[in-house]
Amino acid sequence: MTYKALSEAVIKGDVNQAKAETQKAADGGADPQHVLDDCLIAAMDVVGEKFAQGAMFVPQMLRSAKTMQACVAVLKPHFRGGGMTTKGKVILGTVKGDLHDIGKNLVAMMLEGAGFQIVDLGVDVAPEAFVKAVHEENGQVVGMSALLSTTMPAMAETVKALENAGKRKELKIMIGGAPVTAEYADRIGADSYAPDAGTAVTEAKKLLNAQ
Amino acid sequence: MIIVGELINTSRKRIEKAVREQDAAFIQQIAKAQAEAGADYIDVNAGTFLEKEEAYLPWLVQTVQAAVALPCCLDSPNPAALNKAMSVHRGVPLINSISLETDRYDQMLPVITRAPCKLVALCMGQTAMPTTSQERVLAAEQLIDALVRVGIDLPDIFIDPLVQPVSVDTRMGTAALSAIGAIRERHPQVNIICGLSNISFGLPERRLINRYFLALALGKGLSAAILDPTDRAMSAALKTARMLLDQDEYCSDYIEAYEGGILSNT
Repeated sequence: MTYKALSEAVIKGDVNQAKAETQKAADGGADPQHVLDDCLIAAMDVVGEKFAQGAMFVPQMLRSAKTMQACVAVLKPHFRGGGMTTKGKVILGTVKGDLHDIGKNLVAMMLEGAGFQIVDLGVDVAPEAFVKAVHEENGQVVGMSALLSTTMPAMAETVKALENAGKRKELKIMIGGAPVTAEYADRIGADSYAPDAGTAVTEAKKLLNAQ
Repeated sequence: MIIVGELINTSRKRIEKAVREQDAAFIQQIAKAQAEAGADYIDVNAGTFLEKEEAYLPWLVQTVQAAVALPCCLDSPNPAALNKAMSVHRGVPLINSISLETDRYDQMLPVITRAPCKLVALCMGQTAMPTTSQERVLAAEQLIDALVRVGIDLPDIFIDPLVQPVSVDTRMGTAALSAIGAIRERHPQVNIICGLSNISFGLPERRLINRYFLALALGKGLSAAILDPTDRAMSAALKTARMLLDQDEYCSDYIEAYEGGILSNT
């Protein structure tokens, strides 16, 4: 079964309509995981694609992401037993010495919309704090952001710290931010470079072989 | 109005290539075009080169100043690169930038006190980006206070309120604008500067947004801007706004721009 009205409401960012449709589906006995995967996340995939093509813009993307979050909140009480299945856990942060959070927040929203679980460590995150979070949270991907050429070396330090902690092999590392390049990602031994929030989603999926 | 020409920045691909290949002629051509279009400072930024920035920034200063008789805006958060660039700079440079972030401020202090300079001071908080107007005004007050204490004159301080994208939060435009107004009211003598491109991140027709934002910011008391002076539509917006704000006696700059063909088809 598909829920066309719900998908359309998420793509449009019509939060009231989307919540009402979600409630209707849940009350009608729909499998919440099915609504989440095949409707909400699928709608956000469309948003991500449109954004990548330049057919949707940041405010529209945010609106859709917020709409989806509201729908997930409606859906949550209907999950029984195992709870929600996610695509994987991503630990995100802006690196040490850097306070810029806009890009990192957009990435968090889009990854969440795509069905990943996010642990957002915030800004000015020291290498040790990334290591600690990896230990505690058991994430599969670490995503780092830097907006300054002077804070980029903290990305390399964090990769090293994760290596020294013996965690590197079980992790995928993704980096991004205005001065960051694919070449830099290669140089410091990161697995992936994402120039924008849309790419972060496709890269995270690739890294975890998720659909 | 003080214009900082923003084009010589290695985050732009053609500039990056020219710097990597040490193509002085190309850099000088861009510097001259900006000078002719009315730039007061030529911004130089080699940040994308990381370790090599220390070699490339002074090279850019020398290359630019061999072609135009203007000071540079030394655009780097890296004290070592700034020191080397200052050593070869003729005249008084504008250093971009300092902020209250504890480590950064302490590292920049020896740079800004070693020789006369003007300074862009970012309204960044110690531990977070500012969101409200009040946070920006507070940071501006602390910066002005600290910089005056180390001997920087008020007109040599260029407060940057930190413009953030309206696409992410629609309150960001008014947050920056009302901060500009409040800082101007308290400090008639300081310069207030901002970059114009952040405001439009994530939206279509960015240059249109940038132009309107410039006009609104000028109305609040902006006295300097980092922009592309060769962008005709931007220049037209700047000249028109200044005339409307009584910054253009007998409307002479506006009429001159009209006669120079700068105002048509923008």
